[in-house]
Amino acid sequence: MIPIYTRRRIVNAFNLTAAMLAMAFGLFWLTWILFTLFQKGLGGVGIAIFTQMTPPPGSAGGLLNAIAGSVVMATLATLIGTPVGIMAGTYLAEFGQRGWLAPTTRFINDILLSAPSIVIGLFIYAVYVARVGHFSGWAGTLALSLIVIPVVVRTTEDMLRLIPDSLREAAAALGAPQWKVVTLVTWRASKAGMVTGVLLAVARISGETAPLLFTALNNQFWNADMNRPMANLPVVIFQFAMSPYADWQKLAWAGALLITLGVLGLNIVARVLFRKKTSFN
Amino acid sequence: MSKIHSAATLKRQHLFDQIFRNTTWLFAFLVFALLAAILGSLLIGSMPAIKAFGFGFLFNADWNPVTEKFGALVPIIGTLVTSIIALSIGIPVSFGIALFLTEMSPPWLRRPLGTAIELLAGIPSIIYGMWGLFVFAPLFAKYVQPWLQGTFGKLPVIGLLFEGAPMGIGILTAGIILAIMVIPFISAVMRDVFEIVPPMLKESAYGLGATTWEVVWNVVLPYTKIGVVGGIMLGLGRALGETMAVTFVIGNAHQLHASLFMPGNSIASALANEFTEAEGELYTSALIELGLILFFITFIVLASAKILLIQLKKREGNAT
Repeated sequence: MIPIYTRRRIVNAFNLTAAMLAMAFGLFWLTWILFTLFQKGLGGVGIAIFTQMTPPPGSAGGLLNAIAGSVVMATLATLIGTPVGIMAGTYLAEFGQRGWLAPTTRFINDILLSAPSIVIGLFIYAVYVARVGHFSGWAGTLALSLIVIPVVVRTTEDMLRLIPDSLREAAAALGAPQWKVVTLVTWRASKAGMVTGVLLAVARISGETAPLLFTALNNQFWNADMNRPMANLPVVIFQFAMSPYADWQKLAWAGALLITLGVLGLNIVARVLFRKKTSFN
Repeated sequence: MSKIHSAATLKRQHLFDQIFRNTTWLFAFLVFALLAAILGSLLIGSMPAIKAFGFGFLFNADWNPVTEKFGALVPIIGTLVTSIIALSIGIPVSFGIALFLTEMSPPWLRRPLGTAIELLAGIPSIIYGMWGLFVFAPLFAKYVQPWLQGTFGKLPVIGLLFEGAPMGIGILTAGIILAIMVIPFISAVMRDVFEIVPPMLKESAYGLGATTWEVVWNVVLPYTKIGVVGGIMLGLGRALGETMAVTFVIGNAHQLHASLFMPGNSIASALANEFTEAEGELYTSALIELGLILFFITFIVLASAKILLIQLKKREGNAT
C-alpha cells in the first residue's frame, strides 16, 4: 500500500511529464513540417521561380503568373475588406451600446470568423460566378475579401475597446464632434492594433486555397484581365502537387516553401508590431 | 474663434456625426446581412436537390453522378469521424501545452514557445495536406498502422476499426492531421483562460499543500471550464470545415466502412474535388446542399459555443 502522500506526488510527476511531452509533441510537428518544406522546396527556389510562367509538364518554368495573381487578388481583397471591417468594428465598439444590431453582428461575426472558407467560395460561386457565367479574378478577390472582413472587424473592435474612455471624454469635452473623436483620437490611438489585424487578415488569405477553387480557378498563362480565370499560388500548388509529374511536384514544393515563409513572416511581424504597441501602455 | 462656435458649424458637425454613425451602422449591417445572404444563396442553389431527394438525402449513402442518385451520409459521417478523432487527440495535448505554458515553463521560455505553437495555426492548410500526403502518410503506413493492427486488430469490436491494408491515407490519417491543426486554436484559448485565474486562488491551494497537478485539476480547471469548453468548440468548428488538408489525405472515396484505415470523404473535400467538374444541375445542386449542411453544422457548433459562454459568464457574474 503506497501512502497517499507518495501517490499524490507520483500522480503529479506523471501528469507534469505528460504536459511536457504534449508541448514537445506540438513543437515536433512544427519542426517536422518546416524541415520538410526546406528539404523539398529549397532546391526548387531559384530566380526562375520569379521570372517564368507555370510550365506544361516536362519543361522548365517558374511560378511568376501564380505569384502575381496571388499578390493582386490578396491586395485587392484587403483593400475591399479593410474599410468595411474597420467601419463595422467601429460601430460595434463606439456606437453599438444600444440596439439589437451590435450584439447580433458581434455574434455573427465570430461565427463567420471560423466558418469554413470553402462555403465562402460556394457562396461567391452562387451569387457571382454562376450569374456571369465564368470564373474570374474578381470572383476570387470577392471571396478573399469576405474572409478579410471578419478578421478586421474583430481586431478593430478589440483594439478600440482597449482605448480608455477618458481619452474620448477629454476630446468630447474640448468640443470635438463624435466623428472627429473617433477618426482623430480613438482610431489614431489604436492604429498599431488595427494594422496588426489587417496583417493577420493578409496572412490568412495568402494561404487560402478552398475559396479560390470555384472562383478564380486557375490559369496556366499570364493574365492581367481580372474578368478571366486567374492563376494563384495556392491552387497552382494544389494542382501541381496532385499531379504525377516530378517537375510539377518540385515547383509545388518551392511554392509551398515561399507561401509558408511569407505567411509565417507576416504573422511574426504582426506580433512584434502589436507587442511594441502594448509595451508602450 | 467665433467661427467654431457659430450655430451653422455646430449644425454641420452634427450632420457629419450622423452621417458617420449611420455609415458605420450600414457596414455593421452588411456583416449581419452577409450571413443571411450566404444561407439564402446556398438554400436557393440546393433547391433542385432538396426537391429531388428530400430528407432522405441526409441518410442515403449513394453517390452516383451517372445515375444522378445522391446522398450525403458518407461525407457527413466522414466529417464527423475525422473531427472526433482530431478532438480526442487535440484536447489532451492542448491541455498539456496550456498547463506547461502557464504553470511549468520558465518565464523567459513562455513567449517563444507560445508563439511557436501559434505559428502552427499560421501554416496554410494546403501545406498540411502536401506534407501529410507525401511525408506523413508513407511513414504512417510503414510503421504506425501495422503496429496498430498488431496491437488492437485482434480485439473484438475495436479490431474492426483497424482492418484493411495499411495505405497511409484514409480517415485516421485525416483525423490525426486535423488534430495537429486544431491544437494551436484550442491551446491558445486554454492558455488565455488559465492566465485569468486569480493568483490568490492558486496560492491558497498551494498553501494548503496541493501539488501543481492538483492545483490545475481542482482549482484552475473548474474556474475556467467555460473558456475551456469554448476553446474546444472553436477547435471543433475549425476541424469540421477544414478543406485542403483533408482533401489531400482522406482518399476521396464515397464508401462507408467501419475501419478507420479505409479511405472516405468529408463534406469539404467532396466539394473541393468535385464541384468544378460537376456536370448537370442536379449534381451541382447536391454539392451545394452538402455545403449548406456543412455551414449548418458549423453554425450550430460555433453558435452553441458562444451561447454557452455567454450564459456561463452571466451565471458566474451572479455567483460572485
